[in-house]
Amino acid sequence: MNDLTRPLPQTDEYDTESFWSATTEKALRYQQCANCHTIVFYPRRHCTGCTDGDLEWRSATGRGRIYTYSIVRQSYHPFFRNQVPYVVAWIELDEGPRLISNVIGVKDPGTQVHIDQRVQLVWEEHPTVNIPLFRLADDHAQ
Amino acid sequence: MSKERDAAIVGIYEYPLRSVDGEVSALQIKAECAARALEDAGLTWQDVDGIYDAGDGGGMAGLNISEYLGIHPTVIDTTGVGGSSYEFHAAHARRDIAAGKTRVALLTYGSTAHSSARAIGVGGRPGGGMHPADNMDGFAGMTLISNYAMVAHRHMYQFGTTSEQLAEIPVATRLHAMRNPEAVAAMEDLEFLDIRETTISDVVNSRMIADPLHLLECCMISDGGGAVVIASPEVVRDCRKPPVWIIGTGEATQYPQIGGDITVSAGAQSAPIAFGEAGVSASEMDIAMIYDSFSITVLTLLEDLGFCAKGEGGAWVEGGRLRFDRPADGPALNTDGGGLSSNHPGMRGIFLLIEAARQLRGESCSQVTDARLAVAHGNGGMLGSRHTGGTIIMARD
Repeated sequence: MNDLTRPLPQTDEYDTESFWSATTEKALRYQQCANCHTIVFYPRRHCTGCTDGDLEWRSATGRGRIYTYSIVRQSYHPFFRNQVPYVVAWIELDEGPRLISNVIGVKDPGTQVHIDQRVQLVWEEHPTVNIPLFRLADDHAQ
Repeated sequence: MSKERDAAIVGIYEYPLRSVDGEVSALQIKAECAARALEDAGLTWQDVDGIYDAGDGGGMAGLNISEYLGIHPTVIDTTGVGGSSYEFHAAHARRDIAAGKTRVALLTYGSTAHSSARAIGVGGRPGGGMHPADNMDGFAGMTLISNYAMVAHRHMYQFGTTSEQLAEIPVATRLHAMRNPEAVAAMEDLEFLDIRETTISDVVNSRMIADPLHLLECCMISDGGGAVVIASPEVVRDCRKPPVWIIGTGEATQYPQIGGDITVSAGAQSAPIAFGEAGVSASEMDIAMIYDSFSITVLTLLEDLGFCAKGEGGAWVEGGRLRFDRPADGPALNTDGGGLSSNHPGMRGIFLLIEAARQLRGESCSQVTDARLAVAHGNGGMLGSRHTGGTIIMARD
């Protein structure tokens, strides 16, 4: 990748390759154990709840809330330095898993973004993978 | 108080320079600090039979440092858990000494983070291999400070904590730094602007780096290093300086969990173990050496160490309570000037042990009168995602 594009995940990393390959079909997936029902995220090959686990893939609705966030105003990264200010957030999906992502499409993050706001998944398309980003949900006022 | 006197810190040294300009390597800093710390203890290379190393001198950590120093240790511990590694090393050294496996344990640290322009303070991502967790969030541009800032935002949201309250922490550490000639020289060498004591207003009006954290809430990026010698009671008797006993230790990890609370760090697990073992409580501490990568790190850890209840840290720190000259109000914080204003080459944990030992010997630039008990708590990794916590309780005779 050149420096002017977002850094993309490796699509051949052992534990996470299935997660990223599902994004090409715009599915945001997490794992749940059929045996003990533990939700596992980030993806792994083994269940963290039991030793004879049977992990199954589930698709998240893409709806969730901002658990917490920051507005990045300084970055030395060749891509992100041109994006400031931008919002980095821990997004809590309605299904439970939390992931780091960006909240996009806000003109003034300092006044428009708040903890516990509802958000909705939006895909940023790339040739080999799609990136799960979030925007404020239409029902964000709750 | 615990009657256990298994092991004591008998030698300390902090590398005086924070900007080495390519003149020395991390490994050379480690060796020089080791020699000076052994000298401080009245020991020599031949006395060392335990090596504790976080891998900062390169690969095959336990082997390479042993050869480089020219010693043949009988215990080799290469726990590498980030900036808290040295609290883990101190805990393991005490355990190994109590078990009779080693008599003189050597901990060393060296870094040229400043000269090598490593991004650890106000920008950039930390380095690291391709752990699956890293492959999940690299796309989002989460800087190191924004990781910590997310803890601060959540703390503010849940408990009403303010930027003014967080600013108490850098204000107190800067006060202590201005009393420490090496810290003042560090700020000069790293080209800090306007080097002086700061006010709450200075901090909250400094440039926002990642909301809600301001520039003066972020640690420096320095070169540096240090060494600590920990010895058995038999060795202690022959050492030059009064012993600083390690009387309690605790270790923990923390990482994202479903329904977890980001405002609670690994310290909430490690501290009760350490204080319980020592038979003392947080309220008895004269000195709190707490890893100050950012203001929020200290606020979170003050709560997790038990100085106040979770969520009450903001109100608790108000009014200059953390200064060295307010002993009636609780412990003095980071009396060397901390990572915020004296020394942060990436893994600050060793300096927490060093300054705690100075205080209990009566050697600090911001000496607390008759300091008897100290806690050092290292936080390694990243507070807002995955990290380790190591707690060490220390006492003088």
